[in-house]
Amino acid sequence: MPRSTSWDGTRASEIIAAQASLDGAALPILHVLQDEFGYIADEALPLVADALNLSRAEIHGIITFYHDFRQEPAGQHVLKLCRAEACQSMGGNKVAEAFLALLGIGWGETTPDGCLTVEGVYCLGLCACAPAALYDGEPLGRLGSDALVGLVQEVRGL
Amino acid sequence: MTRVFISADAASLALGSRRIHALVLQEASRRGVEVDIVTTGSRGLFWLEPLVEVETPEGRIAYGPLEPTDISGLFDAGFLDGPPHPLRLGHIEEQPYLAKQTRLTFARCGIVDPLSLDDYRAHGGYAGLQGALLLAPQVIVDEVRLSGLRGRGGAGFPTGIKWDTVLNVEADQKYIVCNADEGDSGTFADRLLMEGDPFTLIEGMTIAGLAVGATKGFIYIRSEYLHAYRTVNRAIEIATAGGYLGSSICGSGRAFTLETRLGAGAYICGEETSLLESLEGKRGMVRAKPPLPALRGLFGKPTVVNNVLSLASVPWILAHGGKAYAEFGMGRSRGTLPVQLAGNVKRGGIIELAFGTTLREIIEEFGGGTATGRPFRAVQVGGPLGAYLPASMLDLPLDYEALASAKGLLGHGGIVVFDDSVDLSQQARFAFEFCAAESCGKCTPCRVGAVRGVEVMDRIIAGIEPEKNFEVLEDLCTLMTDASLCAMGGLTPVPVMSALTHFPEDFDKLPRLSVVAE
Ligand SMILES: Cc1cc2nc3c(=O)[nH]c(=O)nc-3n(C[C@H](O)[C@H](O)[C@H](O)COP(=O)(O)O)c2cc1C
Ligand code: SF4
Ligand code: FES
Repeated sequence: MPRSTSWDGTRASEIIAAQASLDGAALPILHVLQDEFGYIADEALPLVADALNLSRAEIHGIITFYHDFRQEPAGQHVLKLCRAEACQSMGGNKVAEAFLALLGIGWGETTPDGCLTVEGVYCLGLCACAPAALYDGEPLGRLGSDALVGLVQEVRGL
Repeated sequence: MTRVFISADAASLALGSRRIHALVLQEASRRGVEVDIVTTGSRGLFWLEPLVEVETPEGRIAYGPLEPTDISGLFDAGFLDGPPHPLRLGHIEEQPYLAKQTRLTFARCGIVDPLSLDDYRAHGGYAGLQGALLLAPQVIVDEVRLSGLRGRGGAGFPTGIKWDTVLNVEADQKYIVCNADEGDSGTFADRLLMEGDPFTLIEGMTIAGLAVGATKGFIYIRSEYLHAYRTVNRAIEIATAGGYLGSSICGSGRAFTLETRLGAGAYICGEETSLLESLEGKRGMVRAKPPLPALRGLFGKPTVVNNVLSLASVPWILAHGGKAYAEFGMGRSRGTLPVQLAGNVKRGGIIELAFGTTLREIIEEFGGGTATGRPFRAVQVGGPLGAYLPASMLDLPLDYEALASAKGLLGHGGIVVFDDSVDLSQQARFAFEFCAAESCGKCTPCRVGAVRGVEVMDRIIAGIEPEKNFEVLEDLCTLMTDASLCAMGGLTPVPVMSALTHFPEDFDKLPRLSVVAE
């Protein structure tokens, strides 16, 4: 799902047109663009702006307000690790820090081989099985270091 | 064919229920027996997930928590007949955790197929709407007012009064907006309901539409809840095909349609005016109030904004009467509250009870103490803007006013337990860090105050000039409380000051002088 595909203006225009008649279409449009291409390319801005009768600056403002939207491709896989209180109470911080140290990256960064992006999020509604995460959109619970290390090995085909 | 029930709510999936589902199918086909697996929501007893229930002549028999390696042995024991087994739980309703609850809003969750209208109706669904279709709008509003229902999203505003305002304003278009942004740490009741019994929410919104004269509704779901989003979208299609949504609800000639929208990762979009901005396709900047959304809300039109649980309580109220609902609870907190117990606790889950239960009953009796087995130290009630409370305050009842008088809040009913490894100065620092990350940036006390707060906490944690920095901290908290435009900045001092008040020892970072032996 997070895998990015190369820019295709025609496809983008189709996607935008399919959503443009919705009430408050900006978020729906940005979501489908990101689903399709993996991120919201600069080339998309004028198209979205035109469809919504807004300026490019306004579209840029919307994209940057929301944590979800990315303007650059992510790694092949995306791990969203919860950093909020219930996960903290189960040692989530330590697990996350050790994991990032192992990968040699910080929050929001991608491993040099482009395999994995790790993002911090605040609560996934999985607080009764903390620490929790979403891996390419699939929920994971009661995460320990072993589970995360296993995940990386799987990602890298080890 | 024997029916087997397995939860596919996001938490059960996180604990491996999909694998269990696949293995049950595989094992059954290997043995040449037929099973019909019904995918349900969760009963909300998460320490027992993955849980399966098998339908037998004696009712549903539950087994859990299951590991993949348990399945073949379970079939060896004669699984489909509900045989004895070390993981056999019997009738799940007889578990004290469930037996002691009063499930009104969550009555069907985990029992029914979330996408079966037949199941929904067979379990009392759409009785409220059928009743409401025969009533004048003002009568519906009065019934909700009589129930004493207060908004479950956090602010606790009386739902009936909000609806009355919207009903009694003239407009060519009105809207019902469901706030499904559920961003508070430690909360998951909205998610559980949307995944396990979405028609209840749809029915509640339809009744709200009839009550105030709104023909269109939106459900704003946070993007972290993709499973809920898919389930709700399917449920809307099914309800529309079944004649429960559309241009003539149940042939009444009255219209109500529903659409969903996905958030995009912004905690502030749970604040109702920020949510409306976001629904309109803009940055989620908080609006100044007045005007109230009830008068000028979505696209400038009168709008009811209600939390998922508020709206999902309405079908029960219309089916059984406002008076029956108001008989549960204490003081000015009427009805039931779906408590969400989470964090460092043995038995986390959803606990729907009449208001008035104490924190101690929840944490000790239901929760069974900490998950790590270490001593209990603190509990945060009401999400990231809620207070940290110590063991000495566990006799507080869950009631809006009782929490407020303890300088805390009930919020959306989330309870997060911490053991003695917690450092409350770090939690206070986190409260500012969270506010800095999630502030919409519209007003200075919050935007700048949160960043300053992190800095001050860093100095306090490093033991630098404690006297002076405690003073700065208190001034900052007073400023944020008094001068923030919305409760994001306005309530961030609650976790901070409660941590400092109840756990001062964690803020005292000066190195101890070594005790000299006598
Ligand atoms: C920072 C902030 C976040 C909020 N988040 C939510 C939320 O996620 N869900 C919710 O229902 N209400 C949330 N609220 C409360 C809403 O502003 C509003 O009071 C509520 O949606 C009204 O519905 P109710 O009366 O049914 O509770 C939040 C408020 C603030 C200040
Ligand atoms: S208090 Fe914070 S979130 Fe609320 S309006 Fe001000 S800056 Fe925005
Ligand atoms: S706090 Fe981590 S999932 Fe809710």
